[in-house]
Formats: sequence, structure tokens, C-alpha cells
Amino acid sequence: MNLNLTDEQRMIQELARDFATDVLAPAAPIIDQTEEYPFDNCRKMGELGLMGIEVPEEDGGTGADTVSYVVALEEVSKACASTGTIMSVNNSLVCHGLVKCATPEQREEYLRPAASFERIGTFCLSEPEAGSDASSQRTRAVRDGDHYVVNGAKNFISSGGVADFHVVFCVTDPDAQPRHRGISCLLIDAETPGFSAGRPEKKLGIRAANTSALSFEDCTVPLSNRLGGEGEGFRLAMEVLDAGRIGIAAQALGIAQACLEASRDYAQEREQFGKPLAGHQAIQFMIADMATKTEAARLLTLKAAVKKHQKERYTLEAAMAKLYAAETAVWAANKAIQIHGGYGYIREYNVERYFRDAKITEIYEGTSEIQRMIIARYMLAD
Amino acid sequence: MHIVICVKQVPDTETKIRVKDGQLDHSETKYVVNPYDEYAIEEGLRIKETLGEGKITLVSTGPERAKDALKSGLAVGADEAIHLLDKAFEGSDPYATALILSKALQKLDYDIVFCGKQGVDEDHAQVGIILAELLDIPHVSVVTELEISDDVRSVVTHREVEGGHAVVETSLPVVITAQKGLNEPRYASIKGIMAVKKKVIPEWNAAEIGVEENAVGVESARITFTEVTLPPDRAGCRVFDEDPAQDAAKVAHLLRDEAKIL
Repeated sequence: MNLNLTDEQRMIQELARDFATDVLAPAAPIIDQTEEYPFDNCRKMGELGLMGIEVPEEDGGTGADTVSYVVALEEVSKACASTGTIMSVNNSLVCHGLVKCATPEQREEYLRPAASFERIGTFCLSEPEAGSDASSQRTRAVRDGDHYVVNGAKNFISSGGVADFHVVFCVTDPDAQPRHRGISCLLIDAETPGFSAGRPEKKLGIRAANTSALSFEDCTVPLSNRLGGEGEGFRLAMEVLDAGRIGIAAQALGIAQACLEASRDYAQEREQFGKPLAGHQAIQFMIADMATKTEAARLLTLKAAVKKHQKERYTLEAAMAKLYAAETAVWAANKAIQIHGGYGYIREYNVERYFRDAKITEIYEGTSEIQRMIIARYMLAD
Repeated sequence: MHIVICVKQVPDTETKIRVKDGQLDHSETKYVVNPYDEYAIEEGLRIKETLGEGKITLVSTGPERAKDALKSGLAVGADEAIHLLDKAFEGSDPYATALILSKALQKLDYDIVFCGKQGVDEDHAQVGIILAELLDIPHVSVVTELEISDDVRSVVTHREVEGGHAVVETSLPVVITAQKGLNEPRYASIKGIMAVKKKVIPEWNAAEIGVEENAVGVESARITFTEVTLPPDRAGCRVFDEDPAQDAAKVAHLLRDEAKIL
């Protein structure tokens, strides 16, 4: 067992750190307030290869490994969790599914431009009535000759209002038993007549990452735009979400690390009772716990990443990493505000933003409760 | 067009400098490419892109870890890198470093040699200039702007001088030392990073470049560090808050007699 990064992984981490420090960190508090989608920064990240890290070179990606993805996403999210969401969704939810199932034509049309972020994609599973219970899909795709006609609604879709195309899960066979065998996945262009995106949601955190509800009314989608086989959509969604959970774990890890660094710096600067905060044991213990939990979250995330790269099953590890990293981020952000006191509660310091950004990591791409269900299923299986 | 760029690996300017027994303790130092060398590399890349042809070779002398600096340069787009690696090179002063580089360069055909204007570790700002002397070619130092002639046989450079800038034109080959402002270095791309492992970085030792072992390294050094100390902790402030006129006079006296800066 070797826990050192390879030269390549370390250089990718440094690239992400340099870009995040120079470009993303200064923008983060501003776009948090303006809720402006960071197109320019994300396009630059596309040019640097950060948007299609695991996409093979022949499909326009960089062909780097999952550990590289994790260390890069941690650095990006440490500076700006909104940008971290966009990067995670693009790499894991959009590109990963296309790498797995896309036909050669779909690879040219969707994967290649997604890997460079020239075309923005989404992952449309959640519906108003289908959150954690994802197999209760109502969006319907009816086959009609050489195309499908799609009707339905999706909600809480990351980048939904700014995207060029959508990876949409729809019911193609309402009579299938079990239900999830009747779900298929379609690639739907944003220009398709009948498609519309709602206004961006007003969110607690990750405010610069656009989130919108989507509506499909008699959208005509060619059969050639089906990703994977008919009825195989749900399996694809679950597989993609496993990869996504590694991404969200890395994002949460970045937020936790940002909380740790901000708390450490502030504890050394701020003096109370005649000595720096860092001289008080109550503060030392919080920082020690923050460091330990963050490192534990990192190791879980890297373990899931290594297993994924080695093509082993990693559903359990991804669930554990996502659960633990998300809860660590929320816990660390809470402590970071406590250490900063009143200054932590105002927007002058970043920890207030970290606190708001952290919460989503316990919810999207499988809530903490869903992660526990997955983990328990593994523990209690015969 | 063959552009050779001399690269030095230096401690990251954010690294905490530690001193042990009167010498620098580098046991926990993080190393990076010398920032001025990054301008040099970027300028090389831009020249190659402008001309639409050419080759960029990085050269570095330093211990094994210096290979990381060469890899960083390859990741941003340099074509080749050569590591001048020999125990005998360790502890070389600026003259010996320039000598090692000059011997290596004599084995290469070069049109432009770039160096950073100085290493941000020891700040000698000598290697590029001595190197030009040893190669017996012109040099322009502290360059902030550079343009290649249409016939690709000369360069027009702008260099910083006190109170303004001088424009210097010279024929090739030439040694240029890069100053901040010459350009904005690009980030490496992941694609570039992934391509590094496919490249072999040859190691050239003293015998290979034909340098006498006793002409370089600690033994040959014209400069030795006798002792290194950290700057004293900043003393507390003194506040003058009585009569402004009298305070001003007091401060002026103190600045002259005590701080000795007037």
C-alpha cells in the first residue's frame, strides 16, 4: 500500500491549486452574492483539462485517473464550492455516463464537447415526485417510429438553465416490473422544441451554480439519441451516481479543508484573554478534530477513487466517502464559525459561505440517509 | 529555431525558511520552478508559436529533485529536457553553474538561450550573464519585451534601466534573462502533464559534457556561505503622539541617528 501521489497526480493537484488560488478564490465570494454562473472560469478549466479528467484522450479528455480527479476537485472546491459542483457534475454525471455508453456518433456530438466544456450537459434524474425514490420516474418517452416523444418535468437540475444538452431519464415502458426496468436514458438538446428551463432556484449555498427545473412538452428525440439500451437507464443512473458520489465527497472534502485552513489561520491571528485563540485548549481541540475528520474523509474518498480506477466495485466505498465527507464538511463549517465567533457569522470572512455551501453535500446525489441505506445493505447482506 | 531555457529549482517563496547550525535547513522545503524562469519558458513557447516552428529544450543543473522542475516545464509545453546531474556539480557557485551550463550548451545547437534574470533563492543574478561570456555570445539582461526580426536573425529587446527602459537590438545567438512583465506564464494543462511521462529526461554528467570535476562544485567555489541567520524579529512600534512639530523633529533625528536611514 502506497499513499503517495504519483508525479502526475501531484502535478495535476498543483495545477488545480494554482488555478483555484489565482482565479477561483478571488471570484468565489463575489459570485456567491451575484449568483452569476462562472462561464469564463469553467471554460478555462475546460481548456486546462479539468472538465473531462477521466475521459479517454481519443474522446477529447485527458485520460487521467480518478485520484487525479479527486485531488483536483478538492482544490477547486476549497476555493469555490459552486465551481466545484459544476466541475463534479460535468466530470462524473455527464462525461462518465457518456464514456460508459455513448455510441461513436454520440461521442463526437456530446462527449467530446462536454469534456472541454464547450457544450454544457446536465444529469436529469430528480423529479418533483421522485427524489430519493428515483425509480418513481414520471417523465414519459413514447416511441413513435424513429423517435421518442417526451413529456414530463425534472427539477433541481444542476446547470439546467445554462446547458446545451440534457441527459434525461424517462419511462419508456410503464408496465415493466420491477419499475426501474422500464426506464431509459435520452440525450436531449436544449434547442429541442417543447423544451424549457425554469428560472434559477434561489438557494442557501452553491449559489453561482445554476439550478433549474426543466420541462419537456412533446419533445421529439431521435432513437439514435438514446444512451444505452432501452430499459437500461436506471442501471446507468445508479452507476453514474456511484461515480458522482466520489465527486461530491471530493467537493465536501475541499470545503472541510477550507474550514480547517481558515480556522487555523484565524486562531493564530486573533487574540483573546491575552493570547492567540490557538493557545486555548478548547480551540486546539476543535482544530485537531477538524484535521482528523478531514484526513479520514480524504482517505475514504481516495480509497473509493483507487477502487474505481482499478475497475473494482466501489459502490460501498463511494457511499461511505460521500456520507462521511459531507457530514465532515457540515460539522467543520459549523466549528469554523464557532472559532471565528461573531466574525464568522458575517460575510467578511469566508466561513459563513462554507457553512451555506457545505449543507448541499448531505443532500444531492443521494442524501446521507440513502448512503446509510446502501452501506447497511452491504453490511447486512447474506 | 532552437530555444534553450536554463531552469533552476528553488524553494517556494511561501515556504518557511529554517536555519540550523548557521546553515539553511531544507528538510521541509517545498520546491518550485524559479518564477523568473517561468517567464523564460513562456517566452520560448510564444516564440515557437509565433514562428510556427522550433524546438524548446530545458536544461537544469541540480540534484535529483530538480527533475521535478524540468517536468513542470515539459508539462507547460517544452519539447525536451536535459538534467545535468553529477555529485561533482553540487555546491557550485554562479560561475561554476554557468560553466556547467556552457559546456552542456556547447553540445547543442542553439539560437536563443533564456534564463530567469535571477534565482529567487540566492539572488545572485549572475548565471545568465556569465554564461553568455563563456559562450562568447551577446546577452541582454532584465528583458521585459522581446521581438524577433522577420528574417529570424536578430532580436529587439526592451530592458529595464533606472528611470526608464533601453531598447537593445542584437544578433542571434543570444542569451536573454527574463524579467517580470515579459509575459504572463500559462498554466500547465492536464494533457501536458499526461504527456510528460512519455518523455525521457537524459542525464548528462561531468564527463559527458567535458567539465573538469575540480572546476565546479564546492571545491571550486569562489563564494562560500559562512553563516546564515534569520532577520531579527520585528521590534515593537514606538508611538509619538504629543506635539506634531516636536514629534516630527524627534522622528527625523531617530531616523538619522538610530535607524541610520536618512
